[in-house]
Amino acid sequence: MIDARLYLLQRLTAIAMLPLIITHLVVMIYAINGGLSAEEILGRTQGSIGWAIFYGSFVLFAAIHGAIGFRTILYEWFVPNITVCSVASIALLVILSSLGLRAVYAVTWL
Amino acid sequence: MMKHRSHPLWKAFLLHRISGLALALFLPIHFVILGLALEGASALNTALAFSELPFVKAAEVGLILLLAIHLLGGIRILILELTQLSWDQKMLSRSAFGLSAIIATIFLWSAS
Repeated sequence: MIDARLYLLQRLTAIAMLPLIITHLVVMIYAINGGLSAEEILGRTQGSIGWAIFYGSFVLFAAIHGAIGFRTILYEWFVPNITVCSVASIALLVILSSLGLRAVYAVTWL
Repeated sequence: MMKHRSHPLWKAFLLHRISGLALALFLPIHFVILGLALEGASALNTALAFSELPFVKAAEVGLILLLAIHLLGGIRILILELTQLSWDQKMLSRSAFGLSAIIATIFLWSAS
């Protein structure tokens, strides 16, 4: 039952991320032109509620999606103990969401 | 016994897993670097200066390639699992890889 729910959640986060990833790719290709600078990045993102919501939701979707995928790969290829794999994937979820939200706060908060 | 591993869709499956794993392992580094903005723009600029090194730039292009592969490969999986469309999956997986290479090339062109 839990596996079916995780499967569904992974697909839902994948669909939710489609426009976010495409936008991120376009912004990166645009931003890398002429080199990257903190001023350029922060000038675009600081004080922007829109970018905070965009990147904040992106981080959470990616953390959930990545943790579920990591659990599956870990179980099928490396550790045939689902409890250990679940604990490791929760650890990855916590690491990705906390570091990610900290990064969003760092670049969007004035 | 290993014959299936030469199948294009097995390669697509493997590529999707490896690209996803690599992206998940890269993200903490990405977040820590962006988090340097908390210490001010100069701290972030110091880290960004490394992105001008040729091997770092090559790694960035590699990451864009992996992201595009995971995105487009993921779209193929969603089409296969969630729709009634009976498109040629081998053609879709090859197109996904080709388009990913084009996206990474555009990024490289923009970065240089």
